[in-house]
Amino acid sequence: MPRTLQQMIWDDHVIDTYPDGTCLLAVDRQMIYEGTSFQAFEALKISKRPVRRPAATLATPDHMVPTHDRSPQAMRSGSRHLVEALDRNCRDHGIFHIPLEDRRQGIVHVVGPEQGFTLPGLVLVCADSHTSTHGAFGALAFGIGTTELEHVLATQTLTQRPSRSMRVTVDGPLAPGVFAKDLALAMIAEIGASGGNGHAIEFAGSAIDALSMEGRMTLCNMAVEAGSRSGLVAPDETTFAYLDGRPFAPVGTAWDQAVAYWRTLRTEDGATFDAEHRLDGTALGPQVTWGTSPEHTVGVDRAVPDPDDAPDAQTADAWRRALEYMDLRPGTAMADVAVDRVFIGTCTNGRLEDIRAAAAVVRGRRIAPGVHAMVTPGSGLVREAAEREGLDVVLRDAGFEWRLPGCSMCFGGAYDSVGDGQRCASTSNRNFENRQGRGARTHLMSPAMAAAAAVTGRITDVRELG
Amino acid sequence: MQPFVTLTSVAAPLAIANINTDDIFPAPATSPIKLGRAGASRDELGKNAFAVWRWNADETPRPEFVLNQPPFDQAAILVTLDNFGCGSSREMAVWTLLGTGIRCIIAPSFGDIFYGNCCKNGLLPVRLGGEDVAALLALVDVPGGALVTVDLTAQQVTGPDDSVHRFEIEPYHRTMLLAGLDEIAATLQRADAIEHFEQDYDRRRPWVAASGPPT
Repeated sequence: MPRTLQQMIWDDHVIDTYPDGTCLLAVDRQMIYEGTSFQAFEALKISKRPVRRPAATLATPDHMVPTHDRSPQAMRSGSRHLVEALDRNCRDHGIFHIPLEDRRQGIVHVVGPEQGFTLPGLVLVCADSHTSTHGAFGALAFGIGTTELEHVLATQTLTQRPSRSMRVTVDGPLAPGVFAKDLALAMIAEIGASGGNGHAIEFAGSAIDALSMEGRMTLCNMAVEAGSRSGLVAPDETTFAYLDGRPFAPVGTAWDQAVAYWRTLRTEDGATFDAEHRLDGTALGPQVTWGTSPEHTVGVDRAVPDPDDAPDAQTADAWRRALEYMDLRPGTAMADVAVDRVFIGTCTNGRLEDIRAAAAVVRGRRIAPGVHAMVTPGSGLVREAAEREGLDVVLRDAGFEWRLPGCSMCFGGAYDSVGDGQRCASTSNRNFENRQGRGARTHLMSPAMAAAAAVTGRITDVRELG
Repeated sequence: MQPFVTLTSVAAPLAIANINTDDIFPAPATSPIKLGRAGASRDELGKNAFAVWRWNADETPRPEFVLNQPPFDQAAILVTLDNFGCGSSREMAVWTLLGTGIRCIIAPSFGDIFYGNCCKNGLLPVRLGGEDVAALLALVDVPGGALVTVDLTAQQVTGPDDSVHRFEIEPYHRTMLLAGLDEIAATLQRADAIEHFEQDYDRRRPWVAASGPPT
């Protein structure tokens, strides 16, 4: 039987299959950070279990770190304890660790690929739902809980059932001003926030082939917002070119062997998927969310929808609740919605390509009066690369804050949040109620669109700024 | 973990779809118990459950939220709508529910990662059809509440009207929940199989062990 990419990677890692179809699955590598790993290490300590394969782990702090100031007095006690616990646990167990003061520190889902830790064909996990990001390389990557992380650290395995398979085919090319983020939002609007539940989504088609690795990561990152634990893109020359020469990537003969194998990682002709969707990428314009679920997405040239037009009563209820929370009326043009805050960064859109796109929009312009805007690069190396290109100067001159790497305002963390009732144009991944702070109103969009909103002070079709 | 066999309790209705783990366990800016601080171990997170809905900013209770209303403040069962626990993988969402006394959630569907996290902590996620859930919601959303019984051995939910709703659960999870199994101990008993696999894998995919971070 012809197999899908997901099945090929799965089969390559099955140690044992239990009577009900649950598998004991080998895990190649895992990433850890301060926020969800300390409880796993505590539990290992109590049960006196060692870490089975310390070299399979990459650690860096990201969720609970300040991005405005790295001086010791800027750290609050809770996050300081978590960061120190990560330092200590890595030291005690011989785990490779990029600490807060290291220039390579950043968001795990930016750092892993950047260092060449993420490779095609691997089973890769992290106690964070956006681990789906790494599927951009043709790895089977998915988020797990802390108890599962403890299981991985102790056994280098997980007990899992295989996900069902879904393919989303996107015909391209995408139009100028339209990015992977727009594609991701449109895909979620199409299949729904739970449409991918129980499935791994493989992205295919000419629009995907043409995406950079950064774009593929943005798309796979958002697969989890459609309910899918994993997104996947088959590895190709774009993938190999990205990985070649990365610090932790294979070298020499090992590289040649790896690439020869990676070239075989493609869904076989005739393989069938449990679900198939097709999107016309050529017809797609910039997308923006209006509500409190990523599925609440419309084109920027559209209006806020009316609950009376919802497909069913439950959806109508959800739309009413969302409109009340967002303080929006049906029929309001999205382009008339004013914003208070602009946030560019995160594991979704905190890479160099994203910062370039934002800087290209604001170059020679100023952000609108009354708007607070910030860029948080996804890693220290992204930050350095952007500075080498002078992008920090462009953004600062426009009135943006130029931050240090971390998850920052993606969620209402210890340091940054959107104020009660404030409206934020955000390149992050979740527009949930209270996600960016109590009463925060989030509109998800691409970095170029967020930059356009900063300049005009309202949600704006970036194509109109020329 | 604590086994789950059978449970009879008042059931709290929460008729909202797509409740995510940020709703269940809000981020530090909006949660009373801050991770990393003293008194924030996994057994002590109950106060954070639905914190923004349940507490005002000054931590006084919001009487309109169902879990602040007797007898639902004593509920060990939650009845809710589709895709409960979507979003972030944070297992704190499960720990905080356990900490506030919830042992079972009945919904038409769950977020994938949350579902797995529940099963590994003795919190039973019950998937019932949309119509069954709607019927249960109507029966439990009454002044004074109503009792629901969940029996994992028989794989059935009995409503306040004695209606019986059979549910499916993966046999692996059922066994683990009924026994309160230490899954890591069980997996470690298969160390030989893991070892054998790894030796073979290193031969088949030599570049994996040959690359990666410095040790």
